[in-house]
Amino acid sequence: MRDRRHPAYWGFVLHRVSGIGLALFLPLHFWALGHAIQGEAALEGFLRFTDNWAFKAGEWGLVTLLALHLAGGLRVLALEFLGWRARQKDLVALSAGFALGAGLMFLLHAG
Amino acid sequence: MAQLKVRIQRGDGMAEYGVAARENQTVLDVVTEIQREQQPDLAYRFACRVGMCGSCAMEVNGVARWTCRTHVRKVAEDGTLTLRPLANLPVIRDLATDMTPFFDKWARARGQFQPKDAPNGAVPAEFAVVPPSSPKRQEADAGIECIGCGVCYASCDVVSWNPDYLGPAAMNRAWTLVNDVRDGGRRERLDAVAGDAGCHSCHSTQGCTERCPKNLDPSSAIAGLKRSIFWGVLAR
Repeated sequence: MRDRRHPAYWGFVLHRVSGIGLALFLPLHFWALGHAIQGEAALEGFLRFTDNWAFKAGEWGLVTLLALHLAGGLRVLALEFLGWRARQKDLVALSAGFALGAGLMFLLHAG
Repeated sequence: MAQLKVRIQRGDGMAEYGVAARENQTVLDVVTEIQREQQPDLAYRFACRVGMCGSCAMEVNGVARWTCRTHVRKVAEDGTLTLRPLANLPVIRDLATDMTPFFDKWARARGQFQPKDAPNGAVPAEFAVVPPSSPKRQEADAGIECIGCGVCYASCDVVSWNPDYLGPAAMNRAWTLVNDVRDGGRRERLDAVAGDAGCHSCHSTQGCTERCPKNLDPSSAIAGLKRSIFWGVLAR
């Protein structure tokens, strides 16, 4: 088994996995919004159905994935366009920290 | 004397050997001892033994390394070494790989210097003056010490996904030439590395930079190529 234990590889995997996760969520998102076509009551009913802890937990995961993907994307842009040579570990840590922070902020406001 | 367990990939299987664990021994010492004392037909490659030629590179416990510059005590896990040939290259036999695809890609990335002043190969009458402190010279300096050992190529995830991918060393070479003010092949070179198997396929997983025994940064060179192509397209 090839050894891939270095931060930039984890950064890549997190960016890829969060991207795939978000892509899988997108159809669900449109399906949920699609309820509005059937009238206000249909959307309202669906939103009430999702107003519980399980969906909140899912939403927290989603916000964290989104933050991860955003921070990971900014990291890639920075290292490709700004030509940052060193401190790659710090960039990965910063992106992960931003995502965790965004997730925690969401949790604090949920409920 | 304590024993070192050494597992070596031979053909499709792994062969196991026992070697005395010494205070000071490199992985190359261990392979040589096995070949001389136990397995005379074991194939591997080395030349200088002091980290200048790069020919002894192998995969040691999952990491591509120069075996002559790797101390056993720093890499052995539970008294065991697992040795395989460099990944991403055809195996000739045992631990010896065929480096042909690796060097063919240097040519595909236009790794040859193309003198601006003497396109027909004539020797220019005057020496080119390139100030060492100029940014371009410094960019070229950052990558010029590559000795073509193939460690970055074997550590590159993108090469393992796409065998056509040019790989870190070839593009590091291209980047040093893009920054060589005496070179006249910039446009063709950037075109050569811009394809599907070129710099834009790099995912910046930075296995190359992580593993380069000379501490070069091919990942940064590839990012430089991407940048040059991006701004070059806008300027066209």
